[in-house]
Amino acid sequence: MRYPFPVGKSDFIQGDEAIARAAILAGCRFYAGYPITPASEIFEAMALYMPLVDGVSIQMEDEIASIAAIIGASWAGAKAMTATSGPGFSLMQENIGYAIMTETPIVIVDVQRGGPSTGQPTLAAQGDIMQAIWGTHGDHSLIVLSPSTVQEAFDFTIRAFNLAEKYRTPVVLLTDAEIAHMRERVHIPNPDEIEIVNRKLPANEEEAKYPFGDIHGDGVPPMPVFGKGYRTYVTGLTHDERGRPKTVDAEVHERLIKRIIDKLECNKADIITYDAYELEDAEIAIVTTGIVSRSAVRAVKILRERGVKAGLLKLNTIWPFDFDMIEELAERVKKIYVPEMNLGQLYHLVKEGANGKAEVELISKIGGEVHTPMEIVERVVG
Amino acid sequence: MYLKPAYEIREKYLRKDMLPTIFCPGCGIGSALQYTLRAIDDLGLNQDEIVWVSGIGCSSRVPGFVNFDGLHTTHGRALAFATGIKLTNPDLKIIAFMGDGDAAAIGGNHFIHAIRRNLDVTVILINNFTYGMTGGQVAPTALKGLKGTTAPYGQFENPFDIADLAVSAGANYVARWSVFNYLQGINSIKKALQKEGFSLVEFLSPCPISFGRRNRMKTSPELLRWYQKITVPLAKAKKMPPEELEGKIVIGEFADRDRPGLVREYEAYKKRAKKMMGWEE
Repeated sequence: MRYPFPVGKSDFIQGDEAIARAAILAGCRFYAGYPITPASEIFEAMALYMPLVDGVSIQMEDEIASIAAIIGASWAGAKAMTATSGPGFSLMQENIGYAIMTETPIVIVDVQRGGPSTGQPTLAAQGDIMQAIWGTHGDHSLIVLSPSTVQEAFDFTIRAFNLAEKYRTPVVLLTDAEIAHMRERVHIPNPDEIEIVNRKLPANEEEAKYPFGDIHGDGVPPMPVFGKGYRTYVTGLTHDERGRPKTVDAEVHERLIKRIIDKLECNKADIITYDAYELEDAEIAIVTTGIVSRSAVRAVKILRERGVKAGLLKLNTIWPFDFDMIEELAERVKKIYVPEMNLGQLYHLVKEGANGKAEVELISKIGGEVHTPMEIVERVVG
Repeated sequence: MYLKPAYEIREKYLRKDMLPTIFCPGCGIGSALQYTLRAIDDLGLNQDEIVWVSGIGCSSRVPGFVNFDGLHTTHGRALAFATGIKLTNPDLKIIAFMGDGDAAAIGGNHFIHAIRRNLDVTVILINNFTYGMTGGQVAPTALKGLKGTTAPYGQFENPFDIADLAVSAGANYVARWSVFNYLQGINSIKKALQKEGFSLVEFLSPCPISFGRRNRMKTSPELLRWYQKITVPLAKAKKMPPEELEGKIVIGEFADRDRPGLVREYEAYKKRAKKMMGWEE
């Protein structure tokens, strides 16, 4: 297989470009999108590469159509992705719910910008954390990953595809304008070095009869893609194990929704990753995610130099959320600080996790600039 | 034309465990569905190579009743989903079963853009001038003066002529009939299914319960008589002055052309890309 970009070596590229290349290496062969700052470069790279690798890149009429198209593509057997920013992400929410309900593996990149509304198109923000987790209606769960470097944008994109396929779920790669437009050195591995996960297909006719059941006991049913003769019916209505609508049956609804949520909750250990830095003997913990964690690393160094036993917990997976881990952390430290580029979205989750075992303080910043390390240090030392 | 007994069609194509359908007495969706299945049967198309897609509403429940791969999606978005399916697997033939609200209101943008792209899909459009499933609200196809729960004093807006819209947007095949024109209906669906690119067969379809009741036509036969009054065959309409056509609906075949479909266009685009990059001669 020939790739339209160098593989097996490093390249100096933007976050958006890294996401596009990673998607192609992860096996993505269908991209549908609608231009929006600061995510457009993902689309532009996909438009350039996709025809060359026999994939599809298509500009749809809006974001609603874009996510609809990738869900259709996924049911036809493709690994599929779309990318957008806050306003477009809002438009996609209904179909994100549809993808959750129909257990369709797709990847949605949300390059956050300042909001609400059209807000600050070119500036960075972390204002979509709650939207990514809770944007669609009804009881649901999905996976949200958050990179902090261009290399992580690359690595997490591959991981997003693998998790989507493994758990038959939409995965949101939640990044921001700062990472999207920043150029950094990225190692692009050889395709044979990359671990690729493909969706579980039905082994036989019998398995294909239960596209929404739990025949393997792991909560993830095999996915009978269209055109294989299985005659699968897929609906966003509450459906039984065979996919038949059962909209007024409370038991069927509860069984379906609980399985969809449990298949992620029960596999938290596999889905959730984080990086701990100087946390073993820490008395002060900084919990953060995305671009802000880079300032936080520096802040921890400065604090240690000043004799403050500080440590950092950088969350790579924002959802599912490991509330227990935060509680354990809260039991070990005196105080937790949550620096984030919004008025307190991750803070709510951390505070709930801490469960009163330690004080949790928000270090908020909005307007488009990332916290400087000193802004974090000054808040910690008072 | 030889018409097979209906039970043979039913046996072959319907999901028995999903019956009875949700449709009200006198509803026309079953007829349009029967014509579609007869067209598939007559053409000898492979059941495993057809995917049915739909949005929301009464007509959208059709993919659930037929024994094919099917995607019952969100309101108005059927054609956007279909775009992903078709471009991923061009071997699949796609039938989109849509309602008039689905296609012309909430999905209006998807509709015109799918036609503009000449997406390879056959749309069977149920036009009953109303939102049947949600209880008879007025639709963008409703002729002036028709009543709906959200226009209790009679529609004051101008209606969309869906077939006209499809012709202007560039569809390869466009026809409109009432569900009582069964031979023309079946023949048109057969033509549509064999077309590359976008094909549309629109059916004026009775909805006595949600629509008819509010417009003094409580039964299907009453709606049939009304269709007879308001429909004008295309050949006749061409000779009529515009003022006589006011409030009438023209039926017939409006477009039959062979512009390249989206699949073929994208295949050519891929070749062009590889050539421009020097990957291929």
